[in-house]
Amino acid sequence: MVHICTIVPISLTVGANRIVPAVAIPHPLGDPSRTLEEEKVIRRKLVEKALRALQTEVSDQTVFAE
Amino acid sequence: MTFRVVHYINQFFAGIGGEEKAGEVLPELRQGVVGPGAALAAELKGQAEVVGTIICGDGYFAEHMEEATAKILELLNSCKPDILIAGPAFNAGRYGTACGAVCDAAAKQLGIPTVTGMYKENPGVDMYRKNTFIVSTADNARGIKEAVPTMAKLALKLLKKETVGLGPEEGYLERGVRRNYFLEETGAQRAAAMLAKKLRGEPFVTEYPMPVFDRVDPNPAVKDLKNATIALVTSGGICPKGNPDHIEASSATKYGEYDISSFAALSEADSETAHGGYDPTYANKEPNRVLPVDVLRDMEKEGVFKKLYDKYYTTVGNGTPVANAKRFGAEIGQKLKKDGVSAVILTST
Repeated sequence: MVHICTIVPISLTVGANRIVPAVAIPHPLGDPSRTLEEEKVIRRKLVEKALRALQTEVSDQTVFAE
Repeated sequence: MTFRVVHYINQFFAGIGGEEKAGEVLPELRQGVVGPGAALAAELKGQAEVVGTIICGDGYFAEHMEEATAKILELLNSCKPDILIAGPAFNAGRYGTACGAVCDAAAKQLGIPTVTGMYKENPGVDMYRKNTFIVSTADNARGIKEAVPTMAKLALKLLKKETVGLGPEEGYLERGVRRNYFLEETGAQRAAAMLAKKLRGEPFVTEYPMPVFDRVDPNPAVKDLKNATIALVTSGGICPKGNPDHIEASSATKYGEYDISSFAALSEADSETAHGGYDPTYANKEPNRVLPVDVLRDMEKEGVFKKLYDKYYTTVGNGTPVANAKRFGAEIGQKLKKDGVSAVILTST
């Protein structure tokens, strides 16, 4: 499992092992200040990062910041 | 008047036998004290009398919980008890569970106070800490010298209907019961004093302990993404328009399971968020911002992975009790595992 979330410290506290930081609380995988097309690019990048995290061996809690 | 105490112990402490007898000893009542009951009787200091001892094998209890509990209650009731004292069970798991279950049943069905004793990691503690007083003991029977006086003292307080203090003062494991009371200093003053102590490196005691979260070992990496089935789960409250299962906006008691097999993307026409506590405007307008169905569907078509799982699971992570979340997680995990899902993307707001 990979956790895409904005408040990384909470994710660390509750024990997620693969964490991908997101955009903002009310829109973790989008940015309403951009166009819908631009937002989808942001979303795609986050999901790609999440899939990379899933394919990465980890031995402890890991934040995939970049 | 002398209070009437009934003591519950297992086959080992009754001197009948160890593990080899655990499954054979059916509930029985003996008059007066047996085994550790003698020490207990001494500590009750003439104010209460151990009128009977109920004995049951730990294995028998574990395998016949309903019948054993019913029989024990019947024996207990025949003694006209004012209180039930069980164990102490130290770190014996089945014994602790039996002590907790018997105390719980006695309190609920006979309306009498109950006291038991266990090591803090005994599985019986988490199961029954709210339903009885569990005195904190050592992890083995050598701790009986400390355990019995504490249990007896607490039992006498309960019998005399005296005010029972906090767990750490009285020696029992905290029950998760809140009692309101007035303090001279306001919360702000107490918090500032606590902070000052923390800054000076002095010991302080929190008034609101945080829950302890368990840890799991990370799962191995997904080796073959091209053949993987990916599932989407969210605590961001995304659900079909109108929230058909009425998932609560906060303190959720349930999760939803919804089909997305025919969806290329979510939209404001078909989906919304049930989540309270954050501005739902952005999630309602474009639900893919919380549950990225659109992007995952694209990637599925491109063959990045094999399949986007047909359903998504959703709940609201807003003041949700840890116990509920744990149950949701366990149930959802079972379902996904059964359906051969390779990995999960969990999104949170």
